[in-house]
Amino acid sequence: MSGANTRTVVWFQAGGCTGCSISLMNADYPDLANLLLDEVVPGKGIALKFHATLMGPTGRPALEALERIPEKEAGEYLLVVEGAIPTAAGGRFGMVGEVPMAQRAASLARRAQAVLALGTCASYGGIPAGVPNPAGCVGVGELLRREGIQVPVVNVPGCPPHPRWFVETAARVLLGLPGPEELDEAGRLKAVYRGLIHESCPRRPDFDVGRFAPSFGEEGCLYELGCKGPFTESQCPQRGWNGGVSWCIAAGHPCIGCTEPDFLDRFSPLFRKLSLEEEQQAYRRAR
Amino acid sequence: MSLVAIDPITRIEGHLKVEIEVEGGVIVRARCSGALYRGLELILIGRHPLDAQKITQRICGVCPLAHSTAASLCLDDALGLAPPRNGQLLRNLIYGANFLHNHILHFYHLALPDYLDPSTLEGRLAPLGGLLAPGDGAGDRRFSPEENGRLLEHYVEALVMRRKAQELVALFGGKMPHDMAIVPGGVTCRPSLGDVAAFRFRLRELASFIEGTYIPDLLLVAKRYGDHFQLGKVGRLLSFGCFPLEGERLFPAGVWQGGEVKPVNADELREGVYSSWYRGEGDSHPREEEAPPDPDKARAYSWIKSPRYQGEAFEVGPAARVAVGLKLGPPGLREAAEGLLSQAGVNPQALSSVMGRHLARGIEALFLIRAMEDWLSQLDLAGPVAVPYSLPQEAEGQGLVDAPRGALGHWIRIRDRKIAHYQVIAPTTWNACPRDEAGRPGPIEQALEGTKVAGDGLLEAGRIVRSFDPCLACAVQ
Repeated sequence: MSGANTRTVVWFQAGGCTGCSISLMNADYPDLANLLLDEVVPGKGIALKFHATLMGPTGRPALEALERIPEKEAGEYLLVVEGAIPTAAGGRFGMVGEVPMAQRAASLARRAQAVLALGTCASYGGIPAGVPNPAGCVGVGELLRREGIQVPVVNVPGCPPHPRWFVETAARVLLGLPGPEELDEAGRLKAVYRGLIHESCPRRPDFDVGRFAPSFGEEGCLYELGCKGPFTESQCPQRGWNGGVSWCIAAGHPCIGCTEPDFLDRFSPLFRKLSLEEEQQAYRRAR
Repeated sequence: MSLVAIDPITRIEGHLKVEIEVEGGVIVRARCSGALYRGLELILIGRHPLDAQKITQRICGVCPLAHSTAASLCLDDALGLAPPRNGQLLRNLIYGANFLHNHILHFYHLALPDYLDPSTLEGRLAPLGGLLAPGDGAGDRRFSPEENGRLLEHYVEALVMRRKAQELVALFGGKMPHDMAIVPGGVTCRPSLGDVAAFRFRLRELASFIEGTYIPDLLLVAKRYGDHFQLGKVGRLLSFGCFPLEGERLFPAGVWQGGEVKPVNADELREGVYSSWYRGEGDSHPREEEAPPDPDKARAYSWIKSPRYQGEAFEVGPAARVAVGLKLGPPGLREAAEGLLSQAGVNPQALSSVMGRHLARGIEALFLIRAMEDWLSQLDLAGPVAVPYSLPQEAEGQGLVDAPRGALGHWIRIRDRKIAHYQVIAPTTWNACPRDEAGRPGPIEQALEGTKVAGDGLLEAGRIVRSFDPCLACAVQ
């Protein structure tokens, strides 16, 4: 939308796969056109001014738009970062406009009102940060700590995040920055993420009576096949995905824990059965 | 002479820089540079082989199905798994929906803005006009105001239709992006009768958009820009084929050159790193390839490697699938192809061009709707969807399949029940690769060189590069 009550959004893609952008485009009620054109919360909306997958200009004019916004709207724009930040070899594993992504992300963040780290890569490093992390990938929060940049960061993890989680987090930020009590230990909005998948899983009755699926495509709880639902906070069971048509466990696939910090390495091998006791102790210790 | 670095190339997936040298109004030299390396092939080493299927699909959020399919075929091969017929049909239905999504997204949201004037958008739509405003890339707009307005309306409508195509993927696939249901041995999902009915009606809704809006819009663009069938030509085409069912592929594999089609021999694939930031000399087969990253390599200019087949660079993608399919494919594919080619007034030689690639995507979408309806009617809801796997101590596997953007290969070597080696050659690795040791350009470089440009070349280069639907996250993993 345009006008006085809009918040400029700069969407910066780093070491990712564009899956978070595609997931945002899958939003419904509000859908992408609503997000771009209408009020997201009463009286307030966003003005998306840089998004490399959607924008018209290419090359130099696109880069100028990216560089102009922090000059003209310092302290007033919201920075969305998608993808991990490659930091090895002076940042040369990831370049945009012939400048390392790490340098661009830091300089965009420095003058932003707040940063939304969208997706598990931008939040915590994600899959590119899996051992041996060849490109030295980190999440945007870690990058800002290293650079000594004090700007509020809200994590919106998920591989990819559900569009609803982005919409809820963006709406909260439009109404004013969330206080520290609203975020959990992993920097996520509690209102959006709180609750283990296992607690609301429609296959929970199978778990409770010990009816476990012996292999893919069979009925029963998926715990024996390596499901990470008991260790993963996310509202997938309540929301469903893609307009609610399905989600991982509804499609017979174990949860792989993609919203959690240290995904991938904490949960790989992804189909290994984890010990409930050990993991729940670790979970309680962390919280 | 002027040297222009176009960076970032927007409205594609990922991070691509293209440098063009313009002399006397002609692009005399082009260089494609992939600008991001994450190292997923190295991250896979030492992990459980089945993790490869979930990790490699996260190479790309636009075409995760391509990698989940190639990795599953690769692991089926390594583990000796033969998915039951239902598993094959469900894989094809999920994958087919991803093709429909890809082609709608590419035509309306990635490529079409190069041909539109968005400044006419007013009122509520004005902010969209701002986002799409081409800046210095404007020019050569040929639509009447009425046509321009209609295509912009369809841009907005297509935002909804591509979302619905993702919902079609998710209905059996679990979610999108990053589908869950396709696994080695088959699929995890067991659709109900209601799910099948929902799939059928959702597919019909998309079919009505594709037949009633996308194809007419495509033919209008092809009519106004008929000269784009001569723009950005390559001429050597390679396809691995896709949608396997009981050993046959709906789109057959083949190598197309000058109208002749030959079979593909995967042993003759090589990948080189002469102009790429990796250590190593010469070309090697992806089964054997060892090339650790080396950001200091002086002569290199890209993170993309250079795949070759029988020593040559090949264009991969819809033009290749349709060109090969016209010779070897099923009657329905030939009818869809001949129908649209004749409506556009061109022959199959025109497929490897800017407008030919767009047309080929439309041909595929039309044909796939029918194929998907057919697969849906063959499902046996009571039958098995997967076979269980057991992990061998040692094994090797290969998974070759065409993704929406072209030929994709995955190769695995398993030692001590762990991944010892994993290589991926993706469609955009083929299309956007840099020069090899002999100085031969990659397909996009070749398509750019010799192009006449009006100004600094931004507009023409953008149109040519986007016609390949580049995906850089795939090209460099």
